[in-house]
Amino acid sequence: MELNDTLRDIAKKLLEEGRVDAVLGFRQSSLAHMTEPFLATTAEQADQLVFNSCCRMNLAVYLTPDLFRSGRPESGKKSPRVAVTAKGCDSRNIVTQIQENRYKRDQVHIIGLPCTGMADKAKLLAAAPEGIDTITEKNGTLILSRDGKETVVSKTEVLQSNCLSCIIRNPVIRDEMAGDPVPELDMDSHPDRFADVAEIEALSPADKAGFFETLVSDCTRCYACRNACPLCYCPVCFVDESRPQWVGKTIAPTDVMAFHLLRAFHDAGRCTDCGACEAACPMDIPMRAFTRKTIKDAREGFGWETGMDLNLRPPLDRFDLKDPGDFIR
Amino acid sequence: MTNPYHPYPVTIRDIRTETEDKSLKTFTFVFDSPEDESAFDFTCGQFAMLSVQGVGEIPIGIASSPTEKPEVKFTVFNTGKVTSHLHRMKAGDAMGIRGPLGNGFPMDRLAGKNILIIGGGFAFTTLRSFIESARQPENRHRFKNIDVVYGARTPGMLLYRDELAAWEKSGDINVHITVDATDDQDWPYHTGFVPAVTERCAPASDGNTLAIVCGPPIMIKFTRPVLRDLGYRDEDILMSLENRMKCGIGMCGRCNIGRELVCHDGPVFTLAELNGTPGEF
Amino acid sequence: MKPIHIKKEAFGPAMAKAMETYAVAGPVPDREDAKRRHLFRCLEKGETPDLEYTATQLSPKALLFPQAETMFRFKVPSGGKKAPFLEAESFKERPLAVVGIRPYDARAFDMLTLNFDSKDYKDPFFLKRCHQMVRVGLADTTLKDTNFSTACGTGPFDTTALDILLAKTEDAYIGTVITAKGKSFAAAAGFEAGSAEDTKALARMKQEAESRMRPGPDFSALADADTLDLHGEDHWARLAFSCINCGSCTFSCPTCWCFDIQDEVTGNDGVRLRLWDTCMTDLYSAHASGHNPRQERFKRFRNRFMHKLKYFPDKYGQGIMCVGCGRCIDNCPVGIDIRTIIGEMNAKAAGAAKAAGTAKTGGTDKATEAAS
Ligand SMILES: Cc1cc2nc3c(=O)[nH]c(=O)nc-3n(C[C@H](O)[C@H](O)[C@H](O)COP(=O)(O)OP(=O)(O)OC[C@H]3O[C@@H](n4cnc5c(N)ncnc54)[C@H](O)[C@@H]3O)c2cc1C
Ligand code: SF4
Ligand code: SF4
Ligand code: SF4
Ligand code: SF4
Ligand code: SF4
Ligand code: FES
Repeated sequence: MELNDTLRDIAKKLLEEGRVDAVLGFRQSSLAHMTEPFLATTAEQADQLVFNSCCRMNLAVYLTPDLFRSGRPESGKKSPRVAVTAKGCDSRNIVTQIQENRYKRDQVHIIGLPCTGMADKAKLLAAAPEGIDTITEKNGTLILSRDGKETVVSKTEVLQSNCLSCIIRNPVIRDEMAGDPVPELDMDSHPDRFADVAEIEALSPADKAGFFETLVSDCTRCYACRNACPLCYCPVCFVDESRPQWVGKTIAPTDVMAFHLLRAFHDAGRCTDCGACEAACPMDIPMRAFTRKTIKDAREGFGWETGMDLNLRPPLDRFDLKDPGDFIR
Repeated sequence: MTNPYHPYPVTIRDIRTETEDKSLKTFTFVFDSPEDESAFDFTCGQFAMLSVQGVGEIPIGIASSPTEKPEVKFTVFNTGKVTSHLHRMKAGDAMGIRGPLGNGFPMDRLAGKNILIIGGGFAFTTLRSFIESARQPENRHRFKNIDVVYGARTPGMLLYRDELAAWEKSGDINVHITVDATDDQDWPYHTGFVPAVTERCAPASDGNTLAIVCGPPIMIKFTRPVLRDLGYRDEDILMSLENRMKCGIGMCGRCNIGRELVCHDGPVFTLAELNGTPGEF
Repeated sequence: MKPIHIKKEAFGPAMAKAMETYAVAGPVPDREDAKRRHLFRCLEKGETPDLEYTATQLSPKALLFPQAETMFRFKVPSGGKKAPFLEAESFKERPLAVVGIRPYDARAFDMLTLNFDSKDYKDPFFLKRCHQMVRVGLADTTLKDTNFSTACGTGPFDTTALDILLAKTEDAYIGTVITAKGKSFAAAAGFEAGSAEDTKALARMKQEAESRMRPGPDFSALADADTLDLHGEDHWARLAFSCINCGSCTFSCPTCWCFDIQDEVTGNDGVRLRLWDTCMTDLYSAHASGHNPRQERFKRFRNRFMHKLKYFPDKYGQGIMCVGCGRCIDNCPVGIDIRTIIGEMNAKAAGAAKAAGTAKTGGTDKATEAAS
C-alpha cells in the first residue's frame, strides 16, 4: 500500500476509535511545492493528510500547551491525546520537548514517517523556472510537471543540505510506522558530516566575522526561523524583552548578529538540524551555519546527539566530571 | 512639511506622589518655548506622548484642564520601561511632549446636559481634566448637574485627594467617593465597588444625561448593566480606551479596533460605536 | 502617451545619463548562487537596474518606507541640562527614480500613501520621497503562478500608478511615457521615441500576459458583508492553525505599513527610529497592563486578513489592500495562500455552505503524489 494510504488509514482508525482527539500532520497546500501543517479532528479530514518531499516544517512546533489544552472538551478528557506524524528529526525534537517537560510521552501518539529527505524549495523552483503544477515522486526522482511538460530531477540533487547529513531518518520513538523504515545514511560518524563547519572553523577570526556578517546581511528579522523552530518556545523571546532590552531592534549588523548568535546558543545541545528554520526563511539565509557548530561541539565535547534517547539527560542539564574544562583558564 | 513625530521640549516643574504605594505620580510640565505652548492646544480627554530621549515615548492622558495652562499635568502609573524611568526623574529635568492627540470628550455634545462621571483606579486622570475645566466659573453654566462617582481600592490609593475634598466642599458638583475597603473608622465616604455605588447614588438618565466611564475592564463590565437599568442608552455612554500605541497619529497601525484607530478616531467612543466594532480592546 | 523604444545596449548608457539628474533605484542581483535573487535598492554610479530580473522576495516599498528610518536625532540629557531634539537628515534626500518597478507594486505605493497622507497628519518622510519619485515601471512578462494582480484591479501592464511603462522584448525595452514627470525623466535619460508599431506590440504583450494568468479569487461579496459576521470566530481558528505568526507575509507585502518606534543611543547621541512591525506578533498589540486584545494567535492572523479585505476597503472606499503580487504566498513557510483565505471569507460572506477543510485554489486538485 502507498505510504499516504497507510498514513490516512492509521489516522482514521485512531480518530474513529477515539484513541486520539486529533492527528497533526501535513496536507497539500495550494502550491505544488508546499505543504501545510494541519490538524485533522475527523476521519473525513484525515483523508487530506499527506507525506512527501515538501513536508519541510517540523510538526513538534505545534505541540504546544494550547494544543493540549484545547482538544475536544466534549470528550470529557482533561488533557487530549494527540497523534503526530513525525519524520526522524521531528521525533528527536519530540524527545527533546518531553525531556524539557513540555508534555508527557503518553500524551502523544507518534505515527512514524520513514523519511528520505526534504526537497529544498529554492532548488525545486530553480529546476522548474516556468512553475510547477504537480510533483510526483518515483524511485529517487521527482517529476515536476507543468502544462503537461515534465522535468525529472534526482531527489539527491534537490535535497535540503541538512538532509544530506541526516543521522537518523526513521523516528527514534514511535507508536507505529506509516511505512517500512528506510535505510539510514550512516552519517553520524562520517568524516564529511561537519565538513561545512570545519571550513568555517578554519577561517581567521576576521574572515569568520566577515563570513557571518555576509551570511545574515539580508535578514529582515521577521523571525520565521525562530517561529518555525520547535526549540524556540519561550513565552517571551530575549529579542522581545524590553526590561532590560538585550538586543536592539534594528537591522544593523550588530543587532542582527546578536539575534542569531544568542539564538544559536539557546539551541546548543537541543538542535536536531531538522532544517525547518532555513526552510522557513523568506530570504534564503543559511542560518544553520550557527547551530551546526553547536551540534559539532556537543558531539565532540560531550559525545551528545540530541533527542536520541528519552532516558538521557542533555549535556547542559547535568554535570559530569568528564565534561571538558579546558576552556576554563 | 512639519515632522509630526518631533516632540516639544519641556521641563518638569513639579512631581507629586499621589498614592500611598508610590506607584502613581503627577508630573507638572512647562514648555520651553511659548510658541510650543500655544501650539499645544488641547481639549479635555485628549492625550499626549511623553517622550524621554533615549528611553522612549508613551501615551498618557492629559490630567490637567486647559484652564490650568501654561502648566500641563499627567499622572503616571509605574509599570514598564518608560514609566519607571519617569518615576526616577526630578523636577527641573528636561524631556519632550508630543501632542495633543486623539479626539477628546465631545464638548459640544456634553454642553447643556447632565453629566455622570464614573471613574475607577488611575483611569481617573482625564476625568480630572474635565471636572477641573467644567468647575471653572466661565464654564460651569454650560453643563447642568454634574455627578462624579470615583473609587479606588483604599483611601490611600485615591488620586487628587485634596482636590476631591475641595470639589466636594464647593458644592458645584456632586461627588461620590468610594473605596473597596478600609479599616479607617472615621472614613467619611462610601465603601464598596464602583458599580454598587453607582447603583445607589447616580442619577437615573432623563434622556438628557451623558455618562463618561473610565476604569479597569472589570469595573466597566459591571457598570454597564447598572447604567442600562438607570436608563442610559448606549449612545449616551462615553468611554476612553487605552489600546497599545506607538505613533499616536493614526499611521503605525497597532491601536486598531477594526477600522477605527483608537489614537486618532478615539480614544473616546460611545458604547454604541464600540458595539459596532470587533471589540478588540 | 508617447511610445519609446530603447535598444538593450543603449539602456546602460541611458541610466548613466539619467543619474546626472536623478538618484536611481532598481532591481539588482543580490546573490549569485542557486538561490539567486534580486533586491530593490538605490544604485551607485556605474550600476544599472537589471531589467532581466523575474521577481523580488521583498517589495520595493523600502525605497519609500525603509525598514529602519531615523525620525529625528537627539542628545541624551544629563545633569538636568537641556538636550535638543534635532531633525533627521533624511529630509535632504534628492529625487529618486525607481526604474524597473512592477506596475502592481507601484499601485501599492498609492495604497501606502492613503495611510501616510491623512487629513490631519502628513508623514514627511514618506510623502516627500513619494512626491519626488519618478516611477519607471517594467511590465511583468515573467508572471509567477501566485500573481493575481488583475483580480485586484491592477495587473502586469497597469499604467495607473506609473510615469513610464517599459516592457522587455528580445532586443529592446519598448514602452510609453505616461506623465509629465515621466517625460522629464525620458528626456534626462535620452530615451529614443518609438513608433506606432511599439504601441501595438505593447498592447499585444499585455493581452498575452493577462491571458496566461491563473484565475484570481472572488471577493465580490466582501464589500457588503457585515464586519462582525466576517470577524466571527468559528472558522478563523481553523484557517489560522498552521500560521506560525512569523510576519514574513507582512514584511514582504508592498501594502503593509505598520511600524514600531524605538530609541537607539550611542554615547551621548541618540536617534528615534521607526522600524517595520507586523500585526502578527504578540507585542504589537499587547497593552502595558499585560492584557492583549489579540492574545490568541488566530486573532492576529485574522487581523491581517480583515485589515486587507474589510477594514481598509471600508475606510477608504478604494478596494482591497492587496495588489495581488503573490509574495505572501511565495514566502509563507507553511503554505498559507491569501487566495484561499479570500475564497473562504467570500464564501462565508456569500452565505455559501462550506464544510471544514474546503477545497483550495490553484493546483490543489492535482495534488502532489505520495513519497515513493
Ligand atoms: C490613550 C492612552 C492614555 C493613557 N493614559 C494613561 C495615564 O493617564 N496614566 C498612566 O499611567 N497610563 C496611561 N496609559 C497607559 C500607558 O501608556 C502605559 O502604561 C505605558 O505605555 C507603559 O509604558 P512603559 O514603557 O512603562 O511600559 P512597557 O515597558 O512598554 O511595558 C509594559 C508591559 O508591556 C509589555 N511590553 C511592552 N513593550 C514590550 C517590548 N518591547 N518588549 C517586551 N515586552 C513589552 C511588557 O509585558 C511590559 O510589562 C494610557 C494609554 C493610552 C493608550
Ligand atoms: S527567517 Fe530569515 S530573514 Fe527571518 S529572521 Fe530568520 S534569518 Fe532573518
Ligand atoms: S534551530 Fe533549526 S535545525 Fe535546529 S531544531 Fe530549530 S528549526 Fe531545527
Ligand atoms: S508568512 Fe505564513 S506563517 Fe508567517 S505569519 Fe504570514 S501567514 Fe503566518
Ligand atoms: S497581501 Fe500578499 S498578494 Fe497582496 S499585496 Fe500583500 S504580499 Fe502581495
Ligand atoms: S495587515 Fe497587519 S501588518 Fe499589514 S498593514 Fe495591516 S495591520 Fe499592519
Ligand atoms: S498609535 Fe499608531 S496608529 Fe494608533
